[in-house]
Amino acid sequence: MPETISLEVLRYSPERDAEPSFQRYDVPLHKDWVVLDALNYIKDKVDGSLTFRWSCRMGICGSCGMMVNGEPKLTCATFLSNYAKENKPVRVQPLRYFPVIRDLVVEVTDFMTKLQSVKPWLIRGDGKPISEGEYLQTPEQLDRYKQFSMCINCMLCYAACPVYGLDPVFIGPAAIALAQRYNMDSRDEGAHERMDVLAQHEGIWGCTFVGECTKVCPKHVDPAGAIQQYKLTATIERFKSFLMPWAAK
Amino acid sequence: MSDTRQAARYTEYHPRWYRPRVSTWWWLGRWPYLKFILREISSVFVAWFVVVLLQQIRALSRGPEAYAAFERWLQNPLIVLLNLITLFFVVFHAITWFNVAASAMAIRFHGKRVPDLLIVGTNYAAWAAISLVVAWFLVRS
Repeated sequence: MPETISLEVLRYSPERDAEPSFQRYDVPLHKDWVVLDALNYIKDKVDGSLTFRWSCRMGICGSCGMMVNGEPKLTCATFLSNYAKENKPVRVQPLRYFPVIRDLVVEVTDFMTKLQSVKPWLIRGDGKPISEGEYLQTPEQLDRYKQFSMCINCMLCYAACPVYGLDPVFIGPAAIALAQRYNMDSRDEGAHERMDVLAQHEGIWGCTFVGECTKVCPKHVDPAGAIQQYKLTATIERFKSFLMPWAAK
Repeated sequence: MSDTRQAARYTEYHPRWYRPRVSTWWWLGRWPYLKFILREISSVFVAWFVVVLLQQIRALSRGPEAYAAFERWLQNPLIVLLNLITLFFVVFHAITWFNVAASAMAIRFHGKRVPDLLIVGTNYAAWAAISLVVAWFLVRS
């Protein structure tokens, strides 16, 4: 194994540059180093001006998502040694389809607004008094939504989704998967409220089922599945309200 | 205007952010994207087979002479070539959709989700069974 590995990191300074450019760095290649370790090495020892987001280093916080050789990856879980054999510099770029603020940092307000619009929290109509105790749930009820609850908002699925790239009003994979996380929760009563946002064209119907969101998800959430399953739900609800208008809430 | 539209507009004209345009050719160079585009295009060929089938039924209803003319039209080398390409795309369409069917169908049985392999397998089995029935009718006549 060679002792160093080259990284080509995208640099963009909003004050200086009209266009971003790549800067090459050589970093030590350790067996247990991930791309984020290399970036931190550069920041500490080579070039303190390199800007990127990171926090937990263990695939939970969802802030270190970047494009590594063109693929959306959590850089804390992407080992440099996997790229050592290629004998080419590893290209590190900011997440695709998001505006770049500086270097590897992208602007995520758009995602945050969309996430909020699907009301990703438990909605209760009545809200029983605390004295009556918790809303209990069986393991089977938990199993219905657990997969979708694993989402860490890392936005890799947005960087994999050409629909989002071409049509930025699309609510996108993670927000819809998280809406389904609450829709499928036996304690939630907000499915009807979420439907107004989800069942519009910018919601589920924008999705053409490319399926890449599911493939890049580091938490195996399967947003593509969530969207297709909700398409079925929305269609059934539409027919129901058409055939039985009196049953609509 | 919905929240999502406002969000997109909010980021659109910010002067300092770098916003690369998505290339028209984004689907080239990555096999999953190319596969997706081919699957989308396959719908045109599926529609072509529907047209051929409707023409066949029309010829059948007009009697033996019209049907013979329809068969002669089918033997035109250009039509044969087009139908071969169409067959490829229809099979591609069926296979790529069968393979993602499990993701769209979250069927639960006794509280447990039915395994993906079973859903995909059932689709293929149904395809094979129907094809066999059709083949049996064709061979018998």
